[in-house]
Amino acid sequence: MSRIRTFMAVSLLGPLLLPGAAAAQEMIADTSARKQALTSWGVQFEELEYRYSDNDEELGVWNADFFYGTDDLKVRWLTKGEYAIEEQAYEGLENQLVGQIPISDFFDAKAGVRFDTPEGPDRTYAVLGVAGLAPQWFEIDANLYVSDEGDTSAELDAEYELLLTNYWILSATLDATVAFSEDQEIGVGKGLVSTETGLRLSYDLIDRAFSPYVGVVHERKYGDTADLARVSGGSTEDWFAVVGARLTF
Amino acid sequence: MKKRLLTGFLTLLVPALVLAGEYDLTVDRVRIDTGDFVKEGIGYNGKSPGPVMRFKEGENVKINVTNNLDEMTSIHWHGLILPFEQDGVPGISFPGIKPGETFTYEFPIVQAGTYWFHSHSGFQEPDGAFGAIVIEPEGREPFRYDREYVVQLTDKHHHSGDRIMRNLKMMPDYYNRQQQTVGEFFSDASKNGLMNTIQDWMAWGDMRMMKADVEDVQGFTGMINGMGPEQNWTGLFEPGERIRLRFINSSAMTYFDVRIPGLDMTVVQADGNNVQPVNVDEFRIGVAETYDVIVRPKDAQAYTIFAESMGRSGYARATLAPEEGMAASVPPMRDAPRLTMADMSGMPGMDHGDMDHGDMTAQGDMDHSNMSDMDHSAMMEGGSDPFYAEGSGIAPAAANGGKFLSYADLKAQKPLYEVREPTREIELRLTGNMERYTWSINGVKYEDADPIRLKYGERVRFKFVNETMMTHPMHLHGMWSILDVGAGEWNPIKHTVSVQPGTTVYMETEVDAPGQWAFHCHLSYHAAAGMFRKVIVEGGPDTTQAKADVATEEGGDA
Ligand SMILES: [Cu+2]
Repeated sequence: MSRIRTFMAVSLLGPLLLPGAAAAQEMIADTSARKQALTSWGVQFEELEYRYSDNDEELGVWNADFFYGTDDLKVRWLTKGEYAIEEQAYEGLENQLVGQIPISDFFDAKAGVRFDTPEGPDRTYAVLGVAGLAPQWFEIDANLYVSDEGDTSAELDAEYELLLTNYWILSATLDATVAFSEDQEIGVGKGLVSTETGLRLSYDLIDRAFSPYVGVVHERKYGDTADLARVSGGSTEDWFAVVGARLTF
Repeated sequence: MKKRLLTGFLTLLVPALVLAGEYDLTVDRVRIDTGDFVKEGIGYNGKSPGPVMRFKEGENVKINVTNNLDEMTSIHWHGLILPFEQDGVPGISFPGIKPGETFTYEFPIVQAGTYWFHSHSGFQEPDGAFGAIVIEPEGREPFRYDREYVVQLTDKHHHSGDRIMRNLKMMPDYYNRQQQTVGEFFSDASKNGLMNTIQDWMAWGDMRMMKADVEDVQGFTGMINGMGPEQNWTGLFEPGERIRLRFINSSAMTYFDVRIPGLDMTVVQADGNNVQPVNVDEFRIGVAETYDVIVRPKDAQAYTIFAESMGRSGYARATLAPEEGMAASVPPMRDAPRLTMADMSGMPGMDHGDMDHGDMTAQGDMDHSNMSDMDHSAMMEGGSDPFYAEGSGIAPAAANGGKFLSYADLKAQKPLYEVREPTREIELRLTGNMERYTWSINGVKYEDADPIRLKYGERVRFKFVNETMMTHPMHLHGMWSILDVGAGEWNPIKHTVSVQPGTTVYMETEVDAPGQWAFHCHLSYHAAAGMFRKVIVEGGPDTTQAKADVATEEGGDA
């Protein structure tokens, strides 16, 4: 620090001699960033994994989420996919774009659209949902879908994380789909359609940005949906060993 | 330029000479090496922390601040009483300092003591933009010392401030690595019984609150005067000397518990104001607070200055030694504290019976001027600090079982204001949603809030009710905060008042500074997330004198 100490008169006459200087200064309005709503964004790959099934099927699977917005309104893009490696085909490919607003301390409401574009027939859905944190730390994401064919279905995602340590985390997931009407073309029967349950053991390797994991996933189809799968020669129940990573940035 | 000539001319005319100092500061991108990691940050005159600015009470200072960044900057003179346009808060005091611009601050120094300065723009302060201020008093100090050191603490993180804010918004527990684990469940169960433990965990789970929410940004390296624990900043002494240590907490988010094993500390000043000396073994320094202590090492040995974070997630360390290169042992950190239901007692809708009498000062009807010191020592004998909820999990205790400084121990050395009845009370509930990482006052974030309007000449009593589970260091710019510790005219004068979870704290302010001021929680990410207010002081004498100088010099920018 350069420091020059000088003796100097500081005069109160100064301003009086300068035209206009004595006028009271206008108080400014706060237009700084602090006064604006804080916008934020984030990307999270909840799942980015390789699945190997008990009947030698190999899948590449992701489930990712991108958000941008403020506390009051967020835009969220959700992308999910299941890619059959040998067949080189998407078994499932789903993109959702929703707007999200808080409705309680712990829950948000969502509304938007979902596009399913796997190999086979496409579907477009209107989405209405809630997502948030339920008591006992269950992360819940529940959605209602109405397809362009007029079929209605609901999906419930739940996740629970068990902290073995502050770095080793065992997470349990449940994803269940119910259809209120049949959509044969995409292999959906009325009633409980399918569940996917998973158990993954992860380790936070780099902050929370990169957490590799191993785990098991069980997929099952029910009722009419299972019948439709059997007819088309597909399986109704699969066990997978999975290896992958959770990514957050 | 024209102005300067004119001032020179006036110098000849006006016989009364006033002491004046001119100082230059540059705001620069700097490299910060913590010993654990190296990162780019922001500093002053090429360093973080910046220089120690030494002023003298009664002098008029002129500080030329040159912004070498490619973004706006600002400097706030934390704790200094000055005209509001000189206070350095963009959007409230002035527009800020543009890249490449030199802004000249000009104000009289009307106080003495230990203060600090920092950027009030974005997250430049967590990124390193801070320095210390030491002001020598006009008269004599009421205590003796042979040498002095500034001990400036901070919590340096390997992420930038912007990144930390974003991560907290994305995942509020991003930085919390002290959460309860399966192992803790079993150790709780073996200690308290399985059913009790299940009930306790379920109770917290029902509220979706974490007992571990003591520090929301962990993973930092504690630093003292720009040096990490391994780099070990060292202050030299001769045995028998009295050393004045000017502790400043310049952290973004971290409260530190400070001790020097083997040495008694005498606290002589808090937030720049002299207090009646208190001997302590340990003290907790809130974010933005300062404490001056005097120590007197008798032996020619090294002493460790050990500053553990309140949540025990990190520590800063330095050494006092007769010679460079000496070191004393570094104590291990104590166990991480856990919040209790008592810390939740401030939450609306939480009825925890008799748990909310922890805050002595909440007894608003009590005539504080009649409370003798005896009452307080009696209260303190219970071992609990009246500024924490009774049964609080984060109430401090000294590592050696000795005396831990409480706000209740702070008594002004000389009252700055006459005692008078407050003209009105303003209730400020400290609120937030930990899950969404939003922070607010009375449930309203700064972006949606109207300013708090005060009248020049009134005396306002602020009532802080902490409805969150975190401690908030509330900082009012421009005017003193007279903290109600129940000592009447001896109540200490502060610039930053910590409000613990589940407690109510009162402070009073003589509204003697016209203009616009910032008032906020000094935890960087809480302030940025909305725990912030503008205060407008209306009326008062025409105060354009000193300010008009600046207005003229900087034209439209000021
Ligand atoms: Cu806060």
